[in-house]
Parts: sequence; structure tokens; C-alpha cells
Amino acid sequence: MTTMTEDEVRSQVRDYLEANWDPNRGLVEWRGMLAESGWGMPHWPKEWLGRGLPLGMTAIVDEEFNKFGAIGAAKMGIRVLAAATILEHGTDLQKQKYLKGIMTGEETWCQLFSEPGSGSDLAGAATRADFKDGKWIINGQKVWTTSAHHADYALLLARTDWDAVKHKGLSYFILDMHQPGVQVHQLKQMNGHASFNQVFITDAAIEANMQVGELGEGWKVATTTLMNERRGADSARRYESGTDRPERIYEEERQEIATVMAPYTWYPQRTGRVDLLIDQAKAMGVWNDPDIRQEIAKTLTIAKSAEWTARRARAASQAGKPQGPEGSIGKLAASIVARSANLTHTKIAGPNAMLTGEEDGAGGVVAEILVSTPAISIAGGTDEIQRNIISERILKMPKENRTDTDRPFRDVPRNQVG
Amino acid sequence: MKFSFSEEQEEFRTALRRFLQAKSPTTEVRKQMQTEQGYDPAVWQQMCNELALASLHIPEEYGGAGFGIADLSIACEEMGRALLCSPYFGSVVLAATAIREAGSEDQRRQFLPAFAAGETIGALCVVEGRGGWAAEAISMVAQKDGNSYRLSGDKSHVVDGLMASVLVVVAKKPDGELGLFIVKAEADGVSRKAQASMDPTRKLAAVSFSNTPAELLNGDNASGAYERTLDIALACLAGEMVGGAERLREDALEYVSMRMQFGRSIASFQVTKHKAADMLLDVELAKSAAYYAAAAVDEGDADARGVVALAKAGASDAYIQTAVHAVQMHGGIGFTFDNDTHLWFKRAKASEVFLGDANQNRERMLQNWGDDS
Ligand SMILES: Cc1cc2nc3c(=O)[nH]c(=O)nc-3n(C[C@H](O)[C@H](O)[C@H](O)COP(=O)(O)OP(=O)(O)OC[C@H]3O[C@@H](n4cnc5c(N)ncnc54)[C@H](O)[C@@H]3O)c2cc1C
Repeated sequence: MTTMTEDEVRSQVRDYLEANWDPNRGLVEWRGMLAESGWGMPHWPKEWLGRGLPLGMTAIVDEEFNKFGAIGAAKMGIRVLAAATILEHGTDLQKQKYLKGIMTGEETWCQLFSEPGSGSDLAGAATRADFKDGKWIINGQKVWTTSAHHADYALLLARTDWDAVKHKGLSYFILDMHQPGVQVHQLKQMNGHASFNQVFITDAAIEANMQVGELGEGWKVATTTLMNERRGADSARRYESGTDRPERIYEEERQEIATVMAPYTWYPQRTGRVDLLIDQAKAMGVWNDPDIRQEIAKTLTIAKSAEWTARRARAASQAGKPQGPEGSIGKLAASIVARSANLTHTKIAGPNAMLTGEEDGAGGVVAEILVSTPAISIAGGTDEIQRNIISERILKMPKENRTDTDRPFRDVPRNQVG
Repeated sequence: MKFSFSEEQEEFRTALRRFLQAKSPTTEVRKQMQTEQGYDPAVWQQMCNELALASLHIPEEYGGAGFGIADLSIACEEMGRALLCSPYFGSVVLAATAIREAGSEDQRRQFLPAFAAGETIGALCVVEGRGGWAAEAISMVAQKDGNSYRLSGDKSHVVDGLMASVLVVVAKKPDGELGLFIVKAEADGVSRKAQASMDPTRKLAAVSFSNTPAELLNGDNASGAYERTLDIALACLAGEMVGGAERLREDALEYVSMRMQFGRSIASFQVTKHKAADMLLDVELAKSAAYYAAAAVDEGDADARGVVALAKAGASDAYIQTAVHAVQMHGGIGFTFDNDTHLWFKRAKASEVFLGDANQNRERMLQNWGDDS
């Protein structure tokens, strides 16, 4: 843990950017420089492309980048979860091989956790990994896999021991998605987009050195990935939108956003877009409607409170203090905010809530909010699972009696699928 | 009857449910919702010829069956349950009712028999911009043209407006009073285009008029007739909505009963049971209000206007809440296009604001009950 103050960090970032930022560089070249300087992912360890700053300091670094108009490391998608997991549990070989491609945006990752038979109960994964002739051979089916259709690598949770109890029979691997044994089918969502997939795995191969963590310790490794995912899911999250500046690097960033992000243009809408409420009310001419004002105010109240809760959690981690419960409720709060915003947008839109596409009076954005918010309370662990975690782990309430963890996994009742 | 149905009504419901199970499975709903027309004319024919559905609340003297709004609401409830793609609501519930309420004796004789037979499909044009269905929000003014009128201006959110051959347009007369006007869809100056609807099972159109000849429905007091039309439509919409909500509730319950996680049925988790119990409560309360409202209209209760608004407000909240729970109970599958839940979710979302949202209808209820008028 470094002892640098906020001001020192700010001035170091500024110095670095003044000396090196040049919008006429290529995007990958620039991010390669960031990897070398440690300013792309300043909270990564010094020996692995970072500067060892506390996680909370990254927001400060981002602020300085923004002031400069400088582009940062690639951060969208599963890549940050992959990096966090590899940094914590990976071998040096794995770190060497993957971290830089993650940061430059050259390589894309996906998370092969959920299966048709196991979603909330991720530890019930039944995709099998069998060791044959020095390699892991993978067979099974995954589902809801965001980005699988354009991912280069996957974080894979698979069962290596069917006689062990459920959580002890899993192992964690890095799967190369570009091989014949991996078939990806895009799934259309209720909002018309297709950002997640079904993945059929038939005799796909993984080199022995691409196991992450110990054999049978896959659940522990997956927990790191999930904690990072849930931490990222609070309402303080922002989305990249690019700028219209003309220089080469901005142009390349726009291209990256347009192509890589195309299946995910709806992501901001699943949060409920509280930021649009007031403007929409004005645009629809109902800003002076006392009833609608109350609805907007109610939504803003919970949204702001949720944002400040996330900031409290961040401030604690910035100061190196242990987080209180405020760090664990962000994901659930985000669901509640999104639902409230959906209802308020509906009231603001009035009859236009019956329309979609260009006709909703906001270029289709409002219509998309109305059919996208349900994702937020399912993806990355459902609201119900979040409540179980909060009550059992934070509030230390008694756990449910379980009948699935006291016997070999092969004897646990489960869904008959496929 | 506010708290029960007659044997005939129960039989009618059973027959209709059986018919819709055969004619409107979700495979068929998905097929129709992708077409511009949005319904299967062969099914419409059967509905009208074999089940006389378009004639229910049209008086016998105009070729109808002479039943009440309670019966009409049962039909809507079953259609909402099956998510039937059909111009029923736009034509039978809105347009035919408007003519029934606002037309003169001659006009009813002229128009209603073809509605009752299902030969005419009509639509009611009310909404201007974001104004909604409230009479105060209407600003289109008809110009006098000899004995007749001419209309100019734009209407939107016209349910089933694209397939209608007869349009009933709500506009002001030159004297500023409300009027309901009949316009032939092929008349001069009418242009129509489909509006992209969030709920693809319910088609909407934008209809514009340019110096279009129109006939005033000249039974007396158009303003009262429009409000009565709204009352009936609200009662029927509440019925349709509780039908959809109940279907969602049942399907979600069936899904959680067969899904396992953590080595057990997810239905065995207490939180799932409580959610299912809450859904039952929401849907049953909304059903009671919808049933009561339709009967109150039939029985001519003095407070019927407030009651139907209450029923629609209740249905708005209950339907969308049930839909949100239903998606959630399905987990990841519930967010996919292939799973059927979103079809009802979208109907719930669109119905939330159709004929006024919950807040507006609660206001309508209080104005009717509390304000001295
Ligand atoms: C947009 C989106 C993107 C996704 N991206 C990915 C991805 O990239 N990679 C990946 O691996 N997965 C991904 N998922 C999958 C997601 O993590 C799962 O859908 C989620 O965890 C729920 O699992 P399930 O779908 O199997 O539902 P189930 O687990 O079957 O849940 C059904 C219902 O039962 C409830 N339930 C289950 N267990 C309990 C319990 N113990 N107590 C109370 N209630 C319970 C749930 O809360 C839910 O309401 C994504 C999902 C969505 C919607």
C-alpha cells in the first residue's frame, strides 16, 4: 500500500499526461504506453502493469485523464473481472500472457459460468473437465454468456470431480474461444438486442497450464470474479460514449465503441437513466405537473442516496478502511433505482410509453429503458440472491438448511436439461 | 352482479377460453405481431360469426346481442389472457361503443349492425400528441361545411387505426363543445401510418386529416357520450389487464414449480412463496375491482365513473407489478425474446398508460367521488 496523497497522485498523472499524451497516436499504441507507465490500471501491482495504488484512487486518476481529454485503458466488459481474477489467482505465465491484451483492448473476454441448469446456483455447474493426455477436455453447455460471440478468451467454471461435494469439485480455467469445440449461438433478448449467447462446448481443449488456482478450488476463484462483478454493479457506474473530436485516437476510440459496443448500446438504459428524467419531463411539457414532479423527486431521492452510498463505500476503500455494509448493497440498490426510474419514465412519457423506436419522443431511448430494466435485477446474481448474501453474510442471520452440500455432487438432485 | 357470474357467463367464459387456446397460442401471437395488419382475418371471422363476439354489447335493435358490459369485459379478460391479436378493443370496445353512446337513432341503425356482424372494423381517434384521452386535452376543431363538417389535424395512438374502415374522431365543434364525428377511412384527406408500438400485439396508427368530410354523431350531449364511452372502455381494459396478469401469474408459478437450484425446487424458497402469494393478492384484488366496475356500469350506479377509474388504476399497478415479478421469477430466461413472458410484459407496460395511467385514473376517481359537481 502506497502512502501517496491525493494531490501527489493528481500531479503525477498530470506530469505524465503532459509529457506523453498525444491524440494523434494510435489507440493500441497509447494503451501500450499506459501499460508500461502503470497509469492505465493504477490499482494493479507495480510488477504487473500498475502502480499499486488503492482502488479508491483510480477515480482520481480518471478525473485527471478526463480533464486532459486523455483516453484510458480499455475497461468495458468482462475484461476487468478477468484481470482481477488473474491478478489474484493466476500464475505469472497467465499474467504475462493476458494482462496487456486486456488493458489495450486487443483481446475480449467472456464469463462462462451460468448453465441452463445452474444460474443462481453457480456452484451447481455440470460442464465437465476431464484430464486426458496432458490436457483438459471440456464438454457441456453454458448460457447467458455476455460477449461470447466476439470473445477471444473465457473464464470457465467446470466440474473436475463428481464425487466431491459441490463446491469442492469445481476448477477454474482460461478457455481459448477460437477452437472448433466451441460453438456460440446468439440469444435475442426481450429488448430486441442480442448481447448474450448460448455456448456449446464439445471436446474443447485447455492446456494444463491454463488452470487458474488449485484443482478443486474453482469456486474460490469464481468468488473473486463475482465479487468484482457485483462491486462494479452499483449505480455510480458510468458508460463510455466517446467524443466527436477529430484526432486519430478519438476516431479509433469511436470505432472501438461502435463495433465492440454495438451489442451493448442498451446497457445504460437498463439502469433506468435517472439522468434523463428532468429533461424528458421538460421535453414532454409535463415539468409543471405536480404529480409527475413527485414521481421524479421520489426516483431522484433513491437514486442520489444510492449513488452517495456507493461513494461512501469508495471513500472508505480510498482511505484504506474496511467497508461497512454500504459496500454490499449497491447492486440491490441499483435494481430498485432502475425499477423506480422505469415507472417514472412511463408516467412522463404518458401515451408515448406505448410507442417504441424513434417515436417515443427521445429517439427510442425511453422505449428501451422500459424494456431493459428487468435485466439489472437478474444479471450478475438476482436480487433474491443479493438479499440472501446481505442477510446471511452481512447481517449474520442463520443460513437456510441445505441439502445440496452434504453429499457427492453426483447425488444432488438437479434440473434435467438438454 | 358484482361478486359472482351467472351460469351463462361462466359457460361463455369457458367456451371462449377454449376457442382462444386453440386460436391464439403464443406461436400464433408471435406470428401475427410481426405483421403490419396484426391479426388473422380468418380468426376474426370465426369470432364474429361463430361466437358473435363483436355483437355482445350492441343492442338487439341494432343487430347486436344486447348483453352488458360485464359480458364484454369477460370477453376482454379472456382475450387479454390469451394475448389475442385482434382489432377487438379498437373496433368493438372503443368505436362501436362511441357510436352506441353518441349516435342518433338513425346513425346507430346505419352503422351498428355492420359492427355487430364484424363486417365493419372501426377505431376511435382521440389522442393529440402527449395529451392522452382526457376530453380537456383535445384541441382539434371541426369546421362547418353546409349540413356537414370537415376535419383537419393529427391524431395518434389510434388503437387498431390502420385496419379500420370507419373512424370515430373526437374533436370540438365550432362552438367549442365536444363532438364525435364519423369519418370513412378512405375519405379525402385521410392519411394513416403505423406507429411502432412497444407492444407489438396491439397495433397503433397515426391518422391525419386534411379538410376531410365528417359526419357529426348527433345523439344528444356528445361530451357525456364520450365520458360514457371512456367509462366502458376503462372497465373493459381493466378486465383485459387482469386477464393478462392472471396468465402471467399462473405461468410464473408453473415455471418456479419445475425449476431447481441448490438441489431443490426454487418454489420451495420462502421468498418465492411470498412473492407468489403477493402476486395472487395483487391479481385477485384487481380482478375484484374490474368485475365490480363492469357490473356497476351495467347497473347504472351513481358512482360508476369513479369505480371504473379505480379498477383501471388498480389494474395498471397490478399488471406491471405482476409482469416485473414474472420476469424476475424466470431468471435469465425471463429476459429472452424466446420466452413468452415479455409478450405480456409489453402489453402490461402499454396498458399502464392506455386510457390514462394509474395516477390519472385515481384523480378521475376522486373527482367523481369527492368533488361536488
Ligand atoms: C443481461 C444478462 C447478462 C448475463 N451475462 C452473463 C454472463 O456473461 N456470464 C454468465 O455466466 N451469466 C450471465 N448471466 C446469467 C445470470 O447470472 C443468471 O441469469 C442469474 O444468475 C440467474 O440465474 P438463472 O437465470 O439460472 O435463474 P434461476 O437461478 O433459475 O432463478 C430463477 C428465480 O429463482 C430465484 N432463486 C434462485 N435461487 C434462490 C434462492 N436460493 N433463494 C431465493 N430465490 C432464489 C431467483 O432469484 C430467480 O428469481 C446474465 C444474465 C442476464 C439477464
